[in-house]
Amino acid sequence: MDQTTLQRTFYGALALMTLVLFGIGLASAGAEGLAFGLFAAMTLGGALVCIWERSVVRSAFALMATFMGIAGFFILLESDFLAMAQILIYVGGILALILFGVMLTPPDMGERRLSRVLSGLVLVGGATAWVGAKVAATASWAVMGAPGDGREKGAITSAERIGVGFLAIDQYVVAFELAAVVLTVALVAAVYIARRKKADLQPPPGVPKAPEAVERGGIA
Amino acid sequence: MGLGAYVAVSAALFALGIVAIVTRRNVLYILMGIEMILNAANINFVAFSRFGGYLDPENGGLDGQMFAIFTIILAAAEAAVALAIVLNVFYLFDSVKPSDADLMRE
Repeated sequence: MDQTTLQRTFYGALALMTLVLFGIGLASAGAEGLAFGLFAAMTLGGALVCIWERSVVRSAFALMATFMGIAGFFILLESDFLAMAQILIYVGGILALILFGVMLTPPDMGERRLSRVLSGLVLVGGATAWVGAKVAATASWAVMGAPGDGREKGAITSAERIGVGFLAIDQYVVAFELAAVVLTVALVAAVYIARRKKADLQPPPGVPKAPEAVERGGIA
Repeated sequence: MGLGAYVAVSAALFALGIVAIVTRRNVLYILMGIEMILNAANINFVAFSRFGGYLDPENGGLDGQMFAIFTIILAAAEAAVALAIVLNVFYLFDSVKPSDADLMRE
């Protein structure tokens, strides 16, 4: 099968999966289910395209659909603050960082082996389906109740509650400060590691490729 | 949609992240797979706390969201450090394949 047919088959199957998810959502929960189907299609379709595509740039942009779909799930789960943070940090920060890394590395179009990807999908998918069937047979989630049970739906926004939780001394303030320290240390360390030091770039003897890399200076 | 639907989507996303890590020979795909796995865990945190949150109406559904926020914070830190390491590996070995970084093998 040549490359064009392969791409058409894959994206056709993806469109079919989207329609099936829409149908399942609409049939089981009406409008909310339709939104759920849309977000599920974005999440899983983005991840599938990310694995499938040969170019890293396309994969990174497909991952954006995944992150957006997960932000949609957070909105459906009444976690509006988390949805905002997801878009800000993942789409605006981490994805930009990955694209930055993509631009510093050479393209390698022959890296994706179809046999490896397909066998990986089948093996991991089969294992997940098996575990999922076991879990679905034994777990009793019905006791946890349906959405909106026991409290007003959307009475207080989650941003307000999270803000209070962060500032209240007996809730999350210690974890909040700890996270701030961890983030500061990690980012300072990342800048220090990524900084190019001429002395450190001298390779140990016996590394064949390194002299070219140093001569070229890694990046321009 | 019930809790089971969210858990199913999360499990599928987790599996796709594992596939991305296992099948691709490029550090950037491994990073993307890790992000997928962390996001799958986040969906589970929020969904379980949302659907089980009625047990504590005062604080309904907040614990899982806090877990998710700290996961996102650590994911940001992890992505920054991992990218710095990838850049260094690329300077040294002129490659982004994990199997090429074999200085200790000798």
